[in-house]
Amino acid sequence: MNIYINGEIQALTSNLSIQDLVNKLDLGNKRYALELNQAILPRSLYNETTLNDGDRIEIIHAVGGG
Amino acid sequence: MSDPLIIANRQFDSRLMVGTGKYKDLQETQEAIKASGAEIVTFALRRINIGQEKDQPNLLDFISPKDYTMLPNTAGCYNAIDAVRTCQIARELLDGHDFIKLEILGDTKTLFPNVIETLKAAELLVKDNFKVLVYTTDDPILAKQLEEIGCVAIMPLAAPIGSGLGIQNRYHIRFIIENAKVPVIVDAGVGTASDAAIAMELGCDGVLMNTAIAEAKNPVLMARAMQYALLAGRDAYLAGRMPKRPYASASSTTEGYFF
Repeated sequence: MNIYINGEIQALTSNLSIQDLVNKLDLGNKRYALELNQAILPRSLYNETTLNDGDRIEIIHAVGGG
Repeated sequence: MSDPLIIANRQFDSRLMVGTGKYKDLQETQEAIKASGAEIVTFALRRINIGQEKDQPNLLDFISPKDYTMLPNTAGCYNAIDAVRTCQIARELLDGHDFIKLEILGDTKTLFPNVIETLKAAELLVKDNFKVLVYTTDDPILAKQLEEIGCVAIMPLAAPIGSGLGIQNRYHIRFIIENAKVPVIVDAGVGTASDAAIAMELGCDGVLMNTAIAEAKNPVLMARAMQYALLAGRDAYLAGRMPKRPYASASSTTEGYFF
């Protein structure tokens, strides 16, 4: 299946959870928030949420700003 | 004398709020913010660089939410929908923290706020229990409307963002302060310490700045200067300035001349 991560298309095997995806992306202990199809996905739901073909994921973090 | 700044029932000793953009690196950001004495720190939200991020330091490693009240902004948003979405991401990122700086821009040249979209977003965010500190124009009517919607601080610009032009609208800022029941924070336009002092002498409750510190030749020193400027300006405001008069008034007594 294909999903979009921060606007870039990625081919992934099916039946992955969000938790599987963030493990695979190797984000370490980074502090970030994740959106699934433009809705916030709380961290507590990463395990039970399964990715579907065409899903759009945004992984957002803090940067300098005023 | 205790003179705290109170925003939405939260109390702060410092009236200076600082941004985290435009610094040379995160080390410098950290040092400057420490030197400023600020307790409220703004930042922006952007996509992580997938694949390049693992060992890259993150802003929040240097400016910890344990040490500072974080104020995520909606900079870069040009409509209410994007701004509300950004605030929801911020709340998740900061584990439910609800202070946000609402900033919806109108164009890239002036970075003036789009006030129509700002009003729409403010209503949605207040209903969603955010504590909204709102960047706006210096229009006193609009400022009052934003307060009535439930914004917890009104943050008019004093000059365009990043311009360093200083306080260009003293009367308008005064009108906003006279009308407001929530804190008024000058957000944008300050270039150097005297500008910050002027804002405080006008009766502002605080000043938010980024570029004036980050683009100084020595940001850490300028950060300290800003801390002093706010303290001086605040005390001068509370002390009440002398009246202006057109002609001189001798300071040495005119009694007891021996010449």
